[in-house]
Amino acid sequence: MAQAAIELIGINKSFGAVRANRDINLQVARGTIHGIVGENGAGKSTLMSILYGFYQADSGEIHVGGKPASIHTSNDAIALGIGMVHQHFMLVDNFTVLENIILGAETDALLKSSIAKARSELDRLEREYGLEVDPDAVIEELPVGLQQRVEILKALYRGAEILILDEPTGVLTPAEADHLFRILKQLKEQGKTIVLITHKLREIMAITDTVSVMRQGTMVATRVTKETTVGELAELMVGRRVLLRVEKGESEAGAIKLSVKNLTVKDSRGVTMVDNVSFDVRGGEIVGIAGVAGNGQSELLEAISGIRHAVSGEVTLDGKPIDLTGKADPGELRDRGLAHVPEDRHHVGLVLAFEENENSILGYHDDERYLKGPFLNVDAIMADAKEKIEKYDIRPGNPRLRTANFSGGNQQKIVLAREMEQDPGVLIVGQPTRGVDVGAIEFIHKRLIAMRDQGKAVLVVSVELDEIRSLSDRILVMFAGRVVGERGPDATEGELGLLMAGVEHQEAAQ
Amino acid sequence: MSTPYAKLPAWADYGLIPLINLSVAFIVAGFVVLLVGENPLRAAVILVEGAFGKGTGIAFTLFYATTFIFTGLSVAVAAHCSLFNIGTEGQAYIGGLGIALVCLSFDSTLPWWVIFPMAIVAAAAFGALWGLIPAYLQAKRGSHIVITTIMFNFIAASVMVYLLVGALKPAGSQAPQTRNFLAGAELPKLNWIIELFGAKIRSAPLNICFLLALVMAFLVWLLIWRTRLGYEMRTYGHSPKAARYAGISETRIIITAMMISGALAGMMALNPVMGDQHNVAIDFVSGAGYVGIAVALMGRLHPVGIVLAAILFGMLYQGGAELAFEMPAISRDMIVIIQGLVILFAGALEHMFRPYIQTLFASFSPKSVGMQAVKGTGA
Repeated sequence: MAQAAIELIGINKSFGAVRANRDINLQVARGTIHGIVGENGAGKSTLMSILYGFYQADSGEIHVGGKPASIHTSNDAIALGIGMVHQHFMLVDNFTVLENIILGAETDALLKSSIAKARSELDRLEREYGLEVDPDAVIEELPVGLQQRVEILKALYRGAEILILDEPTGVLTPAEADHLFRILKQLKEQGKTIVLITHKLREIMAITDTVSVMRQGTMVATRVTKETTVGELAELMVGRRVLLRVEKGESEAGAIKLSVKNLTVKDSRGVTMVDNVSFDVRGGEIVGIAGVAGNGQSELLEAISGIRHAVSGEVTLDGKPIDLTGKADPGELRDRGLAHVPEDRHHVGLVLAFEENENSILGYHDDERYLKGPFLNVDAIMADAKEKIEKYDIRPGNPRLRTANFSGGNQQKIVLAREMEQDPGVLIVGQPTRGVDVGAIEFIHKRLIAMRDQGKAVLVVSVELDEIRSLSDRILVMFAGRVVGERGPDATEGELGLLMAGVEHQEAAQ
Repeated sequence: MSTPYAKLPAWADYGLIPLINLSVAFIVAGFVVLLVGENPLRAAVILVEGAFGKGTGIAFTLFYATTFIFTGLSVAVAAHCSLFNIGTEGQAYIGGLGIALVCLSFDSTLPWWVIFPMAIVAAAAFGALWGLIPAYLQAKRGSHIVITTIMFNFIAASVMVYLLVGALKPAGSQAPQTRNFLAGAELPKLNWIIELFGAKIRSAPLNICFLLALVMAFLVWLLIWRTRLGYEMRTYGHSPKAARYAGISETRIIITAMMISGALAGMMALNPVMGDQHNVAIDFVSGAGYVGIAVALMGRLHPVGIVLAAILFGMLYQGGAELAFEMPAISRDMIVIIQGLVILFAGALEHMFRPYIQTLFASFSPKSVGMQAVKGTGA
């Protein structure tokens, strides 16, 4: 084995009573791509934050390039040649690429020589690694894939020999992700060391040389990627075997429950986000909407659920028209049997400061079951919350706990329990498993299938292609506000990927 | 991490931290006293004895506290709906107008126990109306409630001056105030309660409004935490997006919350007008609305906290008056400085010591702070 670029020995880190990292040992060989997988909350981000100087370990040693290192700030990490590409980009949106690259690495007050130096250095990096970006483009005008490239360039510009990438493909199309992997491989060939944090096992299999699995703060295994399987990794992550593909029978589609015709929605700036979209959802089927985030799916969901007013369009619920252009409000739609699990559970689907039981009635708080005249029927609400906690295995099972203190998966279960238990005719779900760990994903998928099997119409929007393919009976692909294609559940990833990237659409337009 | 601070045990959150803030305020105030050449310890003794030492002092302290409970509750109700009602001052002032109209019309014919409920309704209605206009402008036009309520304080002051030197002033009087109410509009005193405990009271304005204030504190608790309306207000207060999702009308909830807030502010006027002065005079609110902001913040927007904070401020008012009397070097303005320090440390700098306390607690017993695992940011 080549010399270790990074070696972590006995790293411990606690936050209060919670041991986020316990006794972690990790060796990353120079010139390799090393994957770190684990469920949310397994401690991967904490570990990388220790390596990058955001946190200090309570105990343990870090060796970089064979020498003990003390990393107190991210500047220390950069000095040691460690660069990090964050999941949420740390770029200044209205700066140019060049300005972002030199940010924090300016050498003089007037910037003139910094910029000149940066320009030639950037040019060299771009050629060397195939990372073409226009240095004078403004960040906010670049697609996400290119923004990420800028992040990588930024790290390389600072002389990074070791690159840490935190969930890099979360925001990318399949084509962009492929491109990223090619870049990473090229970087590896040039001798860089790459640490890839992800929860997507397929990516691990595709690109890494070795992979380490974390579970509940401990490092449970390290494998040579070629010698392991997706199944084994998944099992190591959750500690038991999980279904990667939900089992489901044939759908028995019934009558049309939700019909959308020529729906057009604009955002607050007046930009058309949903452009003349039409589709039906029948009882007993799951319709999935695939697409790269930002292609109008969010606005579509908001319009159908009454949160955002549509500009035009005819929508019927159970055969009866609803006016989404100004009249219908979410409360009315809910009364008519449309339940909505919003994409953004932190700000929309839940009030994080509320106790769990208070969130379990959000939107249904005007239901007689939960009221005694103008007063809340606290006993009934508590009993109801306890029932849902039981049925949906929400942990910890304390209805008085502040919602912010639940994990992502359990928060999502609180929303799902609330919406599904109202027995709606139509259920629309945005990003059903975003930020949810593997165990909960399986549970949520099974619940959605069960809804379908009860004859409900289910509309799912997700940026996770695997999820769409595994859940849907029909798949609609959105690109630039339009539905650009409909496919069956057996559509290949490549086919959907092309649609999502708008390739077929653009060809058709020419 | 969405929450900036981990949770402390309730007793530390509601007891220890306010106590520390208060102590720091008094220590700094002590330095100010030292600066003018007086003994801070003696000043503190005079202050506390002036407020609680004698029956009369206690009665005055509670009389002031009554006023602050109303204004504190008013600010808190709006704050639960994330509305910063700075207009409590003006709403209370206009509430006084409602009371004046009722009392001047009926004080010669009806007994106090008929006039009092009528006056409560009038005070609440006038205050609510004065809260309604800024609320409507916020809900429908997006005019910021902080700006409009401040402006409405000035409008209220002008309106009242206009009326008190004109229509409401008895002919031939030189004073800008209504005529004195007759016995029918005078509220019974509560001094006998303190006398039950053996204290002597010469004359103090403590009246049944104190009981009304306690009832309102309970009703506000009920409203915020036990009614559908309160639930909707809190939902909107924490997250307007979640409120929209839940089908809560933004316009309706803003207007309702502000009207309740205004009503509570208006009811504050009952205490000085019917309980003490027996007339409506210019500037009778004299800043109690602004003190309400500090009281609400210090009471952590909870009625129990508000009652306690109101008593504290009542003590500062009453004890401060005694202090100014006993120590000539400490003028009335010095008292205002001390009150300002309390507001500064208890209100504005509320969270200054929190991180240290938290670290302290975390190092002793991590469980007590309910620390959660730091979640990965993985999508």
